Amino acid sequence: MAIQQLTVFVENTPGAIIPVTETLANNNINLRALSLAETEDFGILRLIVTDTARAEQVLKAEGYLTRIAEVVGVKIGDAPGKLSDALKVLAESKVSLEYLYSFFARTERHAYVVLRVEDNAAAQAALTNAGLHLITDADIQKL
Amino acid sequence: MAQNYYQKETETMSREEMRKLQSEKLVKQVRHVYENVPYYKNLMDEKGVTPDDIKSIDDLHKLPFLSKADLREAYPYGLLAKPLSECVRIHSTSGTTGRRVVAFYTQHDVDLWEDCCARAIVAAGGTKDDVCQVAYGYGLFTGGAGLHGGSHKVGCLTLPMSSGNTERQVQFMNDLGATILCCTPSYAAYIGESLKEQSIGPDEIPLKAGIFGAEPWTEEMRKNIEQTLGIKAYDIYGLTETSGPGVAFECSEQTGMHVNEDHFYAEIIDPDTGEVLPEGSRGELVFTALDKEAFPLLRYRTRDICVLSRKQCSCGRTLVKMAKPMGRTDDMLIIRGVNVFPSQIETVLLNEGYEPNYQIIVDRVKNNDTFEVNVEMTADKFTDKVGEILAMEKSLSLAMKTMLGINPAVRLVAPKSIVRSEGKAVRVIDKRKLV
Repeated sequence: MAIQQLTVFVENTPGAIIPVTETLANNNINLRALSLAETEDFGILRLIVTDTARAEQVLKAEGYLTRIAEVVGVKIGDAPGKLSDALKVLAESKVSLEYLYSFFARTERHAYVVLRVEDNAAAQAALTNAGLHLITDADIQKL
Repeated sequence: MAQNYYQKETETMSREEMRKLQSEKLVKQVRHVYENVPYYKNLMDEKGVTPDDIKSIDDLHKLPFLSKADLREAYPYGLLAKPLSECVRIHSTSGTTGRRVVAFYTQHDVDLWEDCCARAIVAAGGTKDDVCQVAYGYGLFTGGAGLHGGSHKVGCLTLPMSSGNTERQVQFMNDLGATILCCTPSYAAYIGESLKEQSIGPDEIPLKAGIFGAEPWTEEMRKNIEQTLGIKAYDIYGLTETSGPGVAFECSEQTGMHVNEDHFYAEIIDPDTGEVLPEGSRGELVFTALDKEAFPLLRYRTRDICVLSRKQCSCGRTLVKMAKPMGRTDDMLIIRGVNVFPSQIETVLLNEGYEPNYQIIVDRVKNNDTFEVNVEMTADKFTDKVGEILAMEKSLSLAMKTMLGINPAVRLVAPKSIVRSEGKAVRVIDKRKLV
């Protein structure tokens, strides 16, 4: 039930991300969500895209370092306190969270949260038991 | 393993015979230089030495030294010992440290140089049945011409690729069955990376040996190249001032390079006092060209720090062996009072599982040296977690501190972002204004 996140190593220089997003655009790959973690020197671009395998292939061909990580995607209601509720579920199950970022779908009144956790299976079980709906790669393509 | 020699008689000559040969050549050479090179005659006159004082190789220490500064001062014709009409070739240094050096060759000089390269190729297992891919730069640089000539003398089928265009190098290597590769070690490593990227394993290419030189490299880098290319990697040494590659070459033992001492006599001196040091001492390597005609440098100081050894070699050659230079007296960095050789950084990177692609940046801010090392991130180590990458930088910095005694700020940078001219890599950027 995990979803695939594409990670790209970029230098922390002005405009460094543009060739990445342009490469994806030129190959008709749509971005669903992204998050950038940066230090003084480098940035780690994390992407949820409509075609992860092909996105990785075209970026590799451009010489980028890439890596695919399995992350958990969960659908939450678009209302105050819904994210806290989901995070409490993870905390109660002692699943430690590395980082998260979120996005909205074009049509539905829902938010989606991408969670990078230490133990995907435990996180998925906890969230499902709490009645939350997990999303899949197939869902990503439809959103 | 059966040994092959290109010039067996010379390569396995007894010590006594070699000294006799060297003495005869030196006596003749000193006279030739004294009579034809006023610049060196002046140096000898200043020292009060005449050709009559040089009766054997034992008298070599009486002669004055030459250094790069002399070559600059005498540029371009001041050390020429033959009329230009008798010269057939010019080569030049890459000029990485100051003004370029130009060297002249008669046909005799080209021949003896190519013989030296042929000895190196045969020592690396080369025969007339081999296909020798020369991927050193052709042109003014001595690398291409030297190995090209040596390859012809051995009778190898020679592939004069020159450096660069890696894709074509790999294609020709495979399509034309190259068995010996000659280039700089950093270019060999680069070709290895390209093969890896194309998922071509070491068993899928026809190469069996490589002859790599023209820049410093470490034992770790040798292992790395030997693994990725599936070959035996042999070191070769030389400098434009003495002729080019082939002054010394490695044999199957891979424990140092045999000096072609019938042409180039090696001494180790104390770089401060100029005193000749006994065998086995570490010091500056000095060469005397015993029978070159056009550009015969006597007692040329190489700035390479080295050790000579006459221990018996399993290959049967009696030629004196020089260790891989441990650095140059002029590429050693002094950072916060500590001596740092770039090769030490390379050793750490290879030990820690990184590619040897790095750049050292030294600067001085408010009277304190800053010391940064940029290292290329590898596909194996890349992760989506910032904390892990910061930890890798820290752990590399710590490993360098263990090696050097001071710790640099290590920065992991994108692959191929460190500029590699496909010959010599720029390893050090020293921005300090040290007067």
